[in-house]
Amino acid sequence: MNAETNGTGGDPTAVTGGFEVDERERRRDPLLRMIGLARPRGGRFALGVLLGAAATGSGVALLGVAAWMLATAADHPSITALSVAVVATRALGVSKGVTRYLERLVTHDAAFRTLAEVRVRVYERLAGTEPFGRFRSGDLVSRLVNDTETTLDLLVRGLAPPLVSVVTGGATVLFLTSVYVPGGLLLAAGLLLAGLAVPLAAAALGTGPGRREAVARGRLSTTLVDTLQGAPDLVAYGAMERQVALVNEADTELTRVAARDAATLGLSAGANALITGLTVWGALFLGVLAVSDGSIGPTALAVLVLTTLAAFEIVAPLPAVAARLGAIRASGERLFGVLDTPAAVSAPARSGLEIDPEADTTVRVRNLRVRYGPGEPWALDGVDLEIPAGATVAVVGPSGAGKSTLASVLLRFRDPDGGRVEIGGTDVTDYPADEVRRVVSGVPQDPHVFASTLRENLRLARPGAEDDELWAALRRARLAEEVEAMPRGLDTQVGSHGLGLSGGMRQRLALARAVLAGPRVLVLDEPTAHLDPDTRDGVVADLLAAARGFSTLLITHDLTGLDRVDRIYVVREGRVLQSGTHEELTTEAGWFRSVSER
Amino acid sequence: MKPLDPRLVRTADAVRTHLAVTVVSGVLITGLILIQAWLLARVITGAWAGEGMDALGWMIAAVAAVAVARALLSYLAEASALHSAARTKSQLRRRLVAHVTGSGKVWLAEGGDREDGAPRAGELVTLATRGLDALDEYFSRYLPQLVLACIVPFAVLAVVFWADWISGAVILVTLPLIPVFMALIGMHTQQRTERQWRLLSRLGGHFLDVVEGLPTLAVFRRAKAQAAIIRGVGEDHRRATMGTLRIAFLSAFALELLATLAVALVAVEVGLRLLGGHMDYQTALLVLILAPEAYLPLREVGARFHASMEGVAAADQVFTELDRRRETAGPGAAGDEAAGQAPAPTGAPSPAAAGDIRFEGVGLLYPGRDVPALSGLDLTVRAGERLLLTGPSGSGKTTLLSLLLRLGEPTEGRISVRAPGGEWTPLDRLPADDWRLGIAWVPQHPYLFDVSVADNIRLGAPDADMERVREAARLAEADGFVSALPDGYGTRLGERGARLSAGQRQRIALARAMCRDAPLVLLDEPTAHLDPENAKAVRTAVTRLLEGRTAVIVAHDTGWAESVLGENLRTAALPLLTREAHR
Repeated sequence: MNAETNGTGGDPTAVTGGFEVDERERRRDPLLRMIGLARPRGGRFALGVLLGAAATGSGVALLGVAAWMLATAADHPSITALSVAVVATRALGVSKGVTRYLERLVTHDAAFRTLAEVRVRVYERLAGTEPFGRFRSGDLVSRLVNDTETTLDLLVRGLAPPLVSVVTGGATVLFLTSVYVPGGLLLAAGLLLAGLAVPLAAAALGTGPGRREAVARGRLSTTLVDTLQGAPDLVAYGAMERQVALVNEADTELTRVAARDAATLGLSAGANALITGLTVWGALFLGVLAVSDGSIGPTALAVLVLTTLAAFEIVAPLPAVAARLGAIRASGERLFGVLDTPAAVSAPARSGLEIDPEADTTVRVRNLRVRYGPGEPWALDGVDLEIPAGATVAVVGPSGAGKSTLASVLLRFRDPDGGRVEIGGTDVTDYPADEVRRVVSGVPQDPHVFASTLRENLRLARPGAEDDELWAALRRARLAEEVEAMPRGLDTQVGSHGLGLSGGMRQRLALARAVLAGPRVLVLDEPTAHLDPDTRDGVVADLLAAARGFSTLLITHDLTGLDRVDRIYVVREGRVLQSGTHEELTTEAGWFRSVSER
Repeated sequence: MKPLDPRLVRTADAVRTHLAVTVVSGVLITGLILIQAWLLARVITGAWAGEGMDALGWMIAAVAAVAVARALLSYLAEASALHSAARTKSQLRRRLVAHVTGSGKVWLAEGGDREDGAPRAGELVTLATRGLDALDEYFSRYLPQLVLACIVPFAVLAVVFWADWISGAVILVTLPLIPVFMALIGMHTQQRTERQWRLLSRLGGHFLDVVEGLPTLAVFRRAKAQAAIIRGVGEDHRRATMGTLRIAFLSAFALELLATLAVALVAVEVGLRLLGGHMDYQTALLVLILAPEAYLPLREVGARFHASMEGVAAADQVFTELDRRRETAGPGAAGDEAAGQAPAPTGAPSPAAAGDIRFEGVGLLYPGRDVPALSGLDLTVRAGERLLLTGPSGSGKTTLLSLLLRLGEPTEGRISVRAPGGEWTPLDRLPADDWRLGIAWVPQHPYLFDVSVADNIRLGAPDADMERVREAARLAEADGFVSALPDGYGTRLGERGARLSAGQRQRIALARAMCRDAPLVLLDEPTAHLDPENAKAVRTAVTRLLEGRTAVIVAHDTGWAESVLGENLRTAALPLLTREAHR
């Protein structure tokens, strides 16, 4: 087979492994899509909305019934005429608090259930598409997680209150219409203005100021970061005063923008007060006219005015909801941006093909080309390389040479854009990604240590492994003695990101994990990148000793300890510049010798 | 936490203005509430008694006037609150920045400012921007409601008592129950809620942990299997959260229940007495309209308490920070200029930088530490020599550079300097700014600013023209890659110089040192984390930088030193505990 004709190429429409997103779905408003995520919990949400409507309704009804009771009592009827109203008033006094409490519990419960499901869906998608190229910055990951949490916010604070307002507002308007039609219509107009028009107008008016403030705040924040983190450099070079002047300039700008926009942002508070006041006035005015011409009785007037007065509680939560819509939509866009990514690795044409680990597991890389997007420069531009079974091979080169891209192709984090990678003579893209990883495993750059125990971190590689297997792996990675010295041994909690361990121990733990997985080929990507010079040499020696018996690919920018490997490839700007044994490379004129000189 | 921090009022004059505005508008709003209630009761009663529009017309018009007045007041109060918030935030920020940067005491990597519990730079930035933004809510929502909560219930109570003492008594009894109940429930639940929140943050962290570790999981073919675990943890998370919320919502429940129930009680009691002829209709209506108003501000304050307290907490952190640094500036670390020992800076480089430097029993104990970072150091650096400092991490190499840079003052012993042909002078007698003008420093992790490459290079020589900048870059082996950037020397570097690799950043820092053109050079691990190609370029640049200058170089790896540093090389291994060590 010929490498050129058989490469999968850089076709962006490659099969995405059953994770395609419908084009129409993709174009929908992210807000609607986020609400769609909650659909399975529709019943609970409906219950929450009903309880919320009962709570808000109780408050309005309390004043309406009480007004009716007083207006009726003013004519001194017998006590029986009031008995129902008395009971109703007391009941409403209790029901408001109780239903409000239940509503909050039910909606939060539904929201947390949805959040748990959204988390799983986000995770399944990420696990299915493995877009690790986007994972370079930890910031992106934490933002993704935050955006997931934002859906909770949307559901609790964004979804229920408007629905409750619609139900309660509609019921109140209907009731008042039955008392006096113009009064009902007036309230409808007032509620629509205060609950819908003003919040939306305020949100629209607020986008401009919000954006201006965000820009000014961004500038201030960047300048502040520079000032505080670069403080030693600034002081040493006598530039601190100039820098503080820059901070104050940015601060002045932000304050000026914020102070100017305060006048705009205050408008909605004023508008709401005006609408409420004038609607009550209108109800009073219309009601008094209606009483004088006899269309309603004086009792109805009291009910009309006091119900109208109480009804604006219905729309009180809406301005806050409208103000948050923009932020929630933005986080939804980011969330779906990740969820809609096509898979980084194509599924094989034939499924179920298995690698025989006992057969030849020589890895051959042939004319491999990879780039991170059409038009981007080639990260790997025709690399040829061989890892014979059982051999130790090192790939060295300056940062940015494409070394880590090679590791991510071997670990099946991405497809070749040209050329091919073979295991025992078969193209790796013919196997499912996880099948390749049964044979090729290792320590990726920045291996993640989970906030759990040492045992759990190790067992990740082989679930159900016995303790003696774990100890054997630890011994091989030269970590056993340190772990034995820990009071809790394998049950030691390693802390978030394994920060309870030293950098060298984290690398050795990751290595023990890789050894335990029992692959045929170990890929070690920059195992010493974050270690201080004191520990670096020991770690390389231990890694290479532990890797004996595996085929090993050591990727590094550090030339120490390379005399122990079978073959060295020098990679620079995506191409193999030199290859040979350590002895050959140190004697032959070229990159390797020139940079090893001191 | 105090609802109103007195330090906030003292510090920011914008707060005082705001308080005055809020109190005045609070009093006016209270008046309008009372007037509106009276007008409504009076008009409804009048219509019931058969009065027509001619008799009631002015009162109805007055209701409209009250509505307009209230709207105007709310607008002015809100706009003024946001305005004051912006000014207060600015005042707090400026004080914070001045305080943090003003001392000139910025310890280097091995140093102690992380050890005394002080926040990291990133946290300070968040505090100064997003943290303080929470004050908006505090100013525009919480404080006005707090003021109203202090005025309205009493005013309403007074009017209701005057109109009908029995209803007044009902409100007087139930009103104080609200804060009492909330406090009782709060005390009972606080401990339990805190424990729950800790559990929650742990569960919440799990998802982040798994997502961050996804590449590692994928390598071991465990990625897909984790979904079930995430589902399980999510379910635990929900159950735990709901347990917390059931309790946390109790205080809101007590508040809501008491407030509504009290209104219902007043309504029934008033209705029955009205029925019995013990009360007139207008008074009954007035009481019914006013009763909810007595509870409303309390409910609003309760509902906004948590959101607003974020702002107060941020302000509190700022004050803590302002106090902290003052306390920890120990005797040795006290501002030298402030002590009045050193003459005012002249703006010209101190000639002593071109001379000899002598350490006599110098030691440094960082504030809040038990073990000194450096102690009993005796060492002389002679003009023109290259001193290579070696030693294990933690032996005080970087601390020594930090003392030479006067980023801190020794806590024992003293450093003296001698200009060529001059007398020994204690270093702390020289103006720190003049002394630093004679130093070019290349730290282990140089900080590049989000400005142009050229401005980064001329950080220590702001007047340098492009010719000099380019020459410095050329000597530092940086001209090549800088010219290849989209805008060459005008290219902005992005946050922390994100555009460049570690080796490139190091070379920009060397260009910065070249541009400074100072007689004394301090280098800290110049090649420690670089790939061989960059390390080679950096070594070439270092050779050029050191030509004709005195240098102190900290390095773990000394193999390269002989060829690069030349014949004037002297090596000293830290710790140097005896007076003979440097001979």
